[in-house]
Amino acid sequence: MKARGGRSPHRSRLAVRDLLSEAVAGVLQRPARSALTALGTVLGVGSFIAVLGLTATAASQIDTRFDTLTATEVTVADISPKDPDAPALAFPEDADGRISRLNGVRAAGVYWGVRLGPDRTVATSPMGDVGGVEAQTQVVAASPGIWQAADATFTQGRAFDTFHDTHRQQVAVIGGATAARLGITTLRTHPAVFIGSTSFTVIGILDDVERKPELLMSIIVPRSVAERTWGPPADEGAQMLVSTQLGAARQIADEVAVALRPEHPEFFRVTPPPDPRSLRNAVGDDLRQLFLLLAGVCLVIGAVGIANTTLVAVMERVGEIGLRRALGARGRHITIQFLAETAALGLVGGLVGTSIGSVVVVSVALARQWTPVVDPLTLASAPVLGLATGLLAGLYPAWTASRIPPVEALRH
Amino acid sequence: MKADERTPVIEFRGVGLTYPGPPAVAALDPCDLRIGCGEFVTVVGPSGSGKSTLLNIAGLLDTPTQGTYLLDGIDTKAISASHLAALRGQRVGFVFQAFHLLPHRTAQENVELAMVYQSIARRQRRVRAAAVLERVGLAHRVAALPTQLSGGERQRVAVARALVAEPSLLLCDEPTGNLDSATAAAVLDLLDGLHREGMTVVVITHDPQVAAHGQRTVTIRDGVLTDPGQGRVVV
Repeated sequence: MKARGGRSPHRSRLAVRDLLSEAVAGVLQRPARSALTALGTVLGVGSFIAVLGLTATAASQIDTRFDTLTATEVTVADISPKDPDAPALAFPEDADGRISRLNGVRAAGVYWGVRLGPDRTVATSPMGDVGGVEAQTQVVAASPGIWQAADATFTQGRAFDTFHDTHRQQVAVIGGATAARLGITTLRTHPAVFIGSTSFTVIGILDDVERKPELLMSIIVPRSVAERTWGPPADEGAQMLVSTQLGAARQIADEVAVALRPEHPEFFRVTPPPDPRSLRNAVGDDLRQLFLLLAGVCLVIGAVGIANTTLVAVMERVGEIGLRRALGARGRHITIQFLAETAALGLVGGLVGTSIGSVVVVSVALARQWTPVVDPLTLASAPVLGLATGLLAGLYPAWTASRIPPVEALRH
Repeated sequence: MKADERTPVIEFRGVGLTYPGPPAVAALDPCDLRIGCGEFVTVVGPSGSGKSTLLNIAGLLDTPTQGTYLLDGIDTKAISASHLAALRGQRVGFVFQAFHLLPHRTAQENVELAMVYQSIARRQRRVRAAAVLERVGLAHRVAALPTQLSGGERQRVAVARALVAEPSLLLCDEPTGNLDSATAAAVLDLLDGLHREGMTVVVITHDPQVAAHGQRTVTIRDGVLTDPGQGRVVV
């Protein structure tokens, strides 16, 4: 047997490899409990990935819509002064043509809502109460360019054109929903709608309108007919919808007022499309902050779960703590062992949560036919977040474990 | 050279332990004790007499409130807590009544645990653990979990764990307390064998038959230690 002299011993050490294997062994000795303990982190990190991924994915889709529609849309409002010297309608008769000739414009059309008197209902019969009656139907006056500018499609018939407008033809295009309410199912019979006592032949039923979906609920008549029948636009004024090519909208917005009325460009208020980048950031930031808060709450719940279970484990493993101290472990060895165990749980929870969160994002994106978008930095940081959660959660139990006197611990 | 002529493994100089309370409780009255290298000493006394306190102080698990304790000639009061832990791990082997084996580790892994904090390489740990398990007659049980071992086998694993770091001192707290008489005899034979090989063995027991295995028996009662060679050794 060894008989060593009075030389002071070297310090006890716990190699990193031994620390890791002890931590893994500690986690695996109760696999079911460890799995349940890690569940909180799994949910927290999974939520973190899912909400950030879904936010990014959804924002990307919103951005795409804005990119393709809003970014190519310019709206011009008539704000001409209401005095006898100013024209009743600031948009000239050839407004569509003037704007369409600008380089980068796809189409342009003027429209305004017609204000009907209380006695002027919309019906399919001159008697009013015989056919379909729709008192709330909006009547819209529009120039022929509106159809292409608004990306309208038709289920039946056609749009009115420059001929109808120029010759003040009493024709109308109605939205699909309005047609259904009025009982108009086919155009073969050349149905008419009566707006007050004025009849209009329905020549087209709208299927969809990309830019102005409210037109689907309306009856649209040529602007010349509307002006003649009901006069110029009332309070709300007329507007022009300009559809541009991608990237041209802001340039068109600068030119359009002058092109319409070189002598009075101030009669118009031009609304250019919002800057897609600022829009993307605004949408992204709002959603991200909300969901990050939710993910944070999930992580806190996960951390509390780990801390609670580890504290119970410390109490159960007091005997083991005593034994390790008897075998030469220092208090800090006990601390880092429990920290390593909770960190391992957090890391595993983070990895599993990252995987589950990614699967959720991809599944939702596939179900909605979106392109899944997850920031690689988010994916990389999520397991680290799990690890940090585990470490934080383990601080108090590990500190408690290291404070148990060896003599007390060995009594268990 | 006779055992007690060398540097004593345990040397108490007026060592005592009083818990401050209130009320203050004297767990061990100040006493002198000298256990030489290679001695087999048994400490006997009734429950609550202070036996475990003596063992805890000797094993550096507890710190005396009075006196000076030299382990292997090292003044334990003069070294830091981290060195104290290292000294405990390297110079003292513990055998507990309750075995204190980790239930989810094999016999081999339980023995290896004693070397984890000693900066001993993994391969060397495996070799040494296997050798010491063979030495205690458990070469065929290295892969068994504690739940698969008999009481005697568990205690032999505990003895192997205590020996594997090659300590100067083997401290046994009621090592046969949880064993039947036949198994207890086998464990005591093992301790006798270790003593014959030169190991310093201190056994705490209340069993006179176990106490009879020691070369020297120290009695403790109500915190007062009596060494037959020196009579009552209260300072």
